[in-house]
Amino acid sequence: MNGKEVQSLTAIIVCIIAAACFPLIADGYWMSIGVTAMMYMALATSWALFSGPTHYISLATAAFFGIGGYLVGTGMSDYDLSFWLMMAISAVVATVLAALIGLATLRLSGVYFVIFTLGLAEMIRNLVSWVQNNFLGSRGLYVLTDFTDADIYWMLLTVAAAVYLLGWLINRSRLGFALRIIGNDETVARHVGINTAWSKVLLFMTTGFFAAIVGAIIAPRYSYIEPNLVFKPELSFLVVIMALLGGTHRLWGPIVGVIPFTLLWEAISISFPNYTTLLLGLAFLLIVYFIPRGLIGLIEDLVERSRA
Amino acid sequence: MNRRNFVAAAAKTVAAAGMAALLAGTALAADTIKLGAVAPKTGPLAGGSTVTHWPSIELWVKQTNDKGGLKLKDGQKMIELIEYDDKTDPGEHIKAVQRAITQDEVDFLIAPYGTGFNVAVAPIYAKYGYPQIAVTSISDLIGELTERYPGLFFTLGDTTSFVNGVKDILVKMRDDGVIGNKVAMVNVADAFGIELAEVARPIFTEAGFDIVYDKSYPLGTPDLSPVVKGAKATNPDAFVAWSYPPDTFAITEQAAIENLDVKAFYTAVATAFPAYGGKFGSKINGVLGAGGVNPDTPAIAEYRKAHKELMGQEPDYWASANTYASMQILGQAIEGVGSTDREAVTQYLKENEFDTIMGPIVFDEQVSNRFWTVGQWQDGVFRGVASSNMDGAVPVIAKSGWE
Repeated sequence: MNGKEVQSLTAIIVCIIAAACFPLIADGYWMSIGVTAMMYMALATSWALFSGPTHYISLATAAFFGIGGYLVGTGMSDYDLSFWLMMAISAVVATVLAALIGLATLRLSGVYFVIFTLGLAEMIRNLVSWVQNNFLGSRGLYVLTDFTDADIYWMLLTVAAAVYLLGWLINRSRLGFALRIIGNDETVARHVGINTAWSKVLLFMTTGFFAAIVGAIIAPRYSYIEPNLVFKPELSFLVVIMALLGGTHRLWGPIVGVIPFTLLWEAISISFPNYTTLLLGLAFLLIVYFIPRGLIGLIEDLVERSRA
Repeated sequence: MNRRNFVAAAAKTVAAAGMAALLAGTALAADTIKLGAVAPKTGPLAGGSTVTHWPSIELWVKQTNDKGGLKLKDGQKMIELIEYDDKTDPGEHIKAVQRAITQDEVDFLIAPYGTGFNVAVAPIYAKYGYPQIAVTSISDLIGELTERYPGLFFTLGDTTSFVNGVKDILVKMRDDGVIGNKVAMVNVADAFGIELAEVARPIFTEAGFDIVYDKSYPLGTPDLSPVVKGAKATNPDAFVAWSYPPDTFAITEQAAIENLDVKAFYTAVATAFPAYGGKFGSKINGVLGAGGVNPDTPAIAEYRKAHKELMGQEPDYWASANTYASMQILGQAIEGVGSTDREAVTQYLKENEFDTIMGPIVFDEQVSNRFWTVGQWQDGVFRGVASSNMDGAVPVIAKSGWE
């Protein structure tokens, strides 16, 4: 490990510790914003692990997130299983599912993959409703725990930190190098002997794994799980927008995108409650047109210019 | 003005404006009671909440303010209603409630719309000591929830009594010789629909009914003709659909097209909406559904008239009145205590009787047992036919055709 790597690792750890102290100073309102922001940080960073280097836009976040929330709800409510066990099960289920989806679609080129992931959340929602309706039955999915917002925040922070460190390691590994080549030119990657399909599937599984854990952690916050609320397609889009806003070519890009977006979203919700969807679409357009490399790209350009 | 001066001046202006706003805020807070309301104005549940929830709240606030506000020990105070849209998203809802409590410092909160949201925010209401008079929340976990959250009150019953109401009506019609034993049952394959079907199966069977058709359809299915045709093919005496608003309309429409000729036809949520009556007119005479009111009592008649005049739309024939009654209860409890002491108001709610448009309401173990369970469209009005402790139920009639 060279000096620069030690430096960046130290910076990461300092940031994590600083973030961990947030609940000690925040009141209820800021805590609830903090939980939302942390949720999106974990989701956007894990999304960017896969989509950043490969440039495959995945809209499957809501599907995996929903699996986490729904399985925790079913397990705790209908079978009296523990929260932790259900969280582990949901992570495994989502990972296996991501592997299957990855194997089926990632051999194809980009656009097929995007379309498929777009419909995935809806498909899984219908599937779980069908299973619940025909085989399991239900008396409402209640997730009643004693977790406070701070507990949930810390759990999410742990996940976000794990995602980040994993991404940091991957970036320095052969796999990370392979992914960057895939992102630049998949044909070249294949020709130099990279197993492109398997590299992509592996990263996609990681994304599914973490999104399911985030969904599981959020379930106690929702307390009552309805499939159409945890499998909400809007979530997938929000994650993509936040990651793009930050910039996906750096690991910390999505984090930079989440904070301003969460605050902006909050301001919009207060001032223009009836136009949130419209503004979401506008934000998407503006980001793609004017800051295609995200806030990070903008900052980097400015630094470059001031040097020159 | 150079740049530095300009910045300094701007900063001063902003600071002054901020102070003024703050001072104005405190001055206002002294003469008003702040009520926070968070519920869907957009998203999947907005269709229901803009009929049942929001207008009744706004009506009550308007009427109370027109009378000069609520009478407290230190004088009469106007009500300031602070509204937020949760976009039918629990995460947004929680944030908005936290905002109302910690930023707006509301004195009281109006319980949200929908079972899921009421359960999701119960821990927050409890943490900050806000009483929560839930209306549009039907659950079979009321005992556990009220024990867990001492400020949580229920006013619309539980899933079992909801289903029992339907069973009682069917039993009555069977005893009168109107229908036989064969029930066709369908449900929407989503949270509450699945729950109701699950509860209904043993209850119907125990009551001696034969469930000849038992099918579900996914939420959002646009074409429900296979479901209705399938039910018709079994030649049932009664048809029961545990349905949500969009499918309540679609099933009714199909039943009329297919001429599903049953003497008892029931659809669940949204049957009580004025839009349902408006859409189908005389075709739905005799249709049974969730809810009901007794429109003939002076209090309800006056409420319905005011709702139409002041809100420009009719209330529904079910939870609208309960929502308004919950506001009356909260208002009377605040006046009874004479201050905005939330702990005292919660205690007052548990110990007193309240005079509402639904009649006198008391909470037994935080649950009110006065509510309608089944209503029926009779000559353009959706009247209550089965209830828990309500007066004025009318005799149920047999459905005869779809003309």
